[in-house]
Parts: sequence; C-alpha cells; structure tokens
Amino acid sequence: MDVGIVGYGVYIPWYRIRVEEIAKVWGDDPENIKRGLLVEEKSVPGPDEDTATIAVEAARNAVKQAGIDPQGIGAIYVGSESHPYAVKPTATIVAEAIEATPDLTAADYEFACKAGTAGIQTCMGAVEAGMIKYGMAIGSDTAQGAPGDPLEYTAAAGGCAFIVGKNGSETLATIDDTYSYTTDTPDFWRRDMRPYPKHGGRFTGKPAYFKHVLSAANGLLRKLQLTPQDFAYVVFHQPNGKFPMHAAEELGFSKEQVVPGLLAPKIGNTYSGSAMMGLAAVLDQAKPGERILVVSYGSGAGSDAFSIVVRDTIEKKRNAAPKVLDYVNRKVNIDYAAYVKFRRLLVK
Amino acid sequence: MAVPRFWREIPNRYNLVGARCGNCNKVLFPPRYICPYCRRMGKLEPYRLKRRGKVLSYTVVHIAANGFEDQAPYLLAIIELEDGPRLTAQITDCNPDEIKIGDEVEMIFRRMGEESQDGVIYYGFKARRI
Repeated sequence: MDVGIVGYGVYIPWYRIRVEEIAKVWGDDPENIKRGLLVEEKSVPGPDEDTATIAVEAARNAVKQAGIDPQGIGAIYVGSESHPYAVKPTATIVAEAIEATPDLTAADYEFACKAGTAGIQTCMGAVEAGMIKYGMAIGSDTAQGAPGDPLEYTAAAGGCAFIVGKNGSETLATIDDTYSYTTDTPDFWRRDMRPYPKHGGRFTGKPAYFKHVLSAANGLLRKLQLTPQDFAYVVFHQPNGKFPMHAAEELGFSKEQVVPGLLAPKIGNTYSGSAMMGLAAVLDQAKPGERILVVSYGSGAGSDAFSIVVRDTIEKKRNAAPKVLDYVNRKVNIDYAAYVKFRRLLVK
Repeated sequence: MAVPRFWREIPNRYNLVGARCGNCNKVLFPPRYICPYCRRMGKLEPYRLKRRGKVLSYTVVHIAANGFEDQAPYLLAIIELEDGPRLTAQITDCNPDEIKIGDEVEMIFRRMGEESQDGVIYYGFKARRI
C-alpha cells in the first residue's frame, strides 16, 4: 500500500497506583502479582479526565508533530471501550478540539482493545482510495476493572493518535501492509448498562489472545514473505507485561525486539491505546530503514497486524511533541483511597 | 448551564478563540462584539489565542464549588496568556503546595462538569504547569 504515518501523539495521565496498594486492600501477595503479570504500576485518570480529554491531548500532540493544517484531516475515528457517552460521538469532540471541523467524517469505534487499530485500517483505505488527504485514528481509554478483580491491577488509562496520509516527504514511516484475524470468541465482555467487564479468566489466554495475535502475525509474515529477523522491533497488545513476551518467544522474536515497545510494566494496559502506544514508543527511538511489526488484540476477538518501515523524515519530526517516555516518567503515585475517589466509587 | 449556551461557547472553551481588533491589535478573551478601546472604529475578528501563559495569582479552594467537591483542595488561578488577556482557570495535575506565582502553564482540555448523570458533559480549558 502507498500510505504511511504523517504524525503521532500520545498522552498518559499523571497519576499512578502501584500493585502493592491494590494488593494490600484485597489480601493478595504483591510479589506474586507483579511476577505473574509483569506489571509494577498502572496509570489512573484524574477526576477531570475521560476518554475524550485523553484523546484530545494525544490528537493535539499528533497534529503538532505532523506539522499539518488540521483542516486537511478528512476523517477521525476514535476507538475505545470507555466512550464518555453511550450515544454521542467522542470523535466530534476531538474534531472540534483540534479545529478539524466541519469538512470531515467522524465516528467512534468499539472493538475492546483493538478499536484504535481498526481506525488506522479505515484511514489507510480512505487515504489509498483518494477519499481523504489525512485520516486520524485514535485509541483512547479509561479502563475499569471491578474492585477485587485481577483486572484491577492492569486496567489503565491513556491514548494514542496516528495521522495517516499518502506516502511522500511528509510521512515518517510507511505502512507496508496490514492483515487481520477475527473470530467470535467470548473471552471478555461488558453487557449494556453494566459498569465493569467480565472475562473468562484463563480462557483469555491461549484460545483468545495468543490464537489471534499469533495468527495475525503469521498471516502478515506469510503475506509479505518476511521472517522475524527482518524486523528491528515487534509490538503486541499489552494486557500485562507477560503475554507480549510469550507471544514474541512463540513467533521467534528476541527479547531485545520486544522490550522497547513494552509499556505495560510501567503504565498497565491502556486498552485501545496499548499496542498503538507501544508503536509510538518504538518510533520515538527507531532509525530510518528499520522495520516494525505491530499486532493489536481486541477481545471478542480479533487482531490487526501491521508492517511499518521507518523513513528519514522521523528525525525531523519526532522532537516536535512530548515522547512516550516523557509521559511515562511524569507521574505521581496515589493510594487506594485516592484511586477509588478518582474513579468515582466514593462520592461526597 | 443550558445546552445551547455551552454549544455556542465551544470555540472559546475548547480552543481559546477570542477576538482581535484590526484597528488597535489588542486581543480580547472572551470575544466581544465591540472593541472596548476603539469603540466604533474597532474591527473585531476571531482570533485563536496561544495556549501558553503564566500564573499571575492563585488561591487554594478548600470549600469547593458545586460539582468540584471531589477535587478539593484545588487551585484556582488568574493566568496571563502570552497574547495578553488574563483569565481565571483551574490549575490541574498539581499539588497545591507546589505552585508559584510566575509559573509557566499551558492551557489544556479537561472535563469541567456535567449537567447531571443523564445530562451533557461540559469540556473546557484548565491550566497545567509546564
């Protein structure tokens, strides 16, 4: 395909809660949890943040980095499982806040943790077809885990925006191709009007995450006739720190290829933002010519795989907006009491 | 706040769109229909203010306004924007004992409140230390 990334931007809230703080409340052994999930702490949205505000901060960073006129953006798709409204798009709020209105199309996507990468694919199609000049795809979430559920250790908040355009002097990386693998697998769900998701415990692993991630990765490698050795980096969806490491090992990637894009140990699972933010972290440090494999995963279930090659333009653009590590390191730790207040479980 | 009023003010609240007088070049926020300096000579046009400014003065609010109870104690400040206008805004993502007069801030997009659990959500600007 003749499309690429014109700019990207991320945002991670300021607050963090450590595994120890949550484990103390529920009588779990924190060392056991940290070893089992490979997660130390997770990001927590402030009381005045939601999926829309996170999406706006990421989108503004992406526009700044891309250096484009936002009026050239012809489509905005916001993928999330925590849109602030059940009916009323987040995408229109973002479009207004980055001054891309009114000549564009916009919609919200929902596919658990892969709704953001589904947006990237839509933008790729629309750009390739000449329907739009630029398309913006955002993955943004303020994920919720029920109190006491193992999800509570990882359900985090953050967002990432990518601007897709035709390959040319503006693109900082080329998206060679994409491949998706989708089946009906009920490993994780949230029913209407319910505040917290339910999941199948261990069922979320082998028949769900691993089956789809590995199949999408293998499908793309086959399609492009590439091997893991052709890639400098690999990024997977990160429900925890452990799953991506296992997926990499299974596919024949080394630890060195995974670690630069592995953010879950420090910020948890940012859901729709997770794989996209891992890609942003890799782009923050990648050299021109290097190839990156990205594989998202959304419960329910499906995976989108992308092969991306970094171009020279990256050197000019990547310092124009805050980097992923700037946000990872900008933090303050809170206790469980502040956490439940911020999540509006305790209301004055 | 009524929904139409909030909707009318979206450009000001989301993107700091004020007005600039083509006659005296002064920047005004919130926007006005008549330039207070040039009166009928004024030529006001929409102008998007830069999102940078500094803290001119601040206070720590312990007795919160309705809808802000969960955030007390919080910081309320007068921000002088690079373009000149001064505005009142909450400073977010900051411990109240860490702010100083003169601190550089950027105006960011945050949730300001909601009409009710069933009502619309109001978004707008707050300040964050750089």
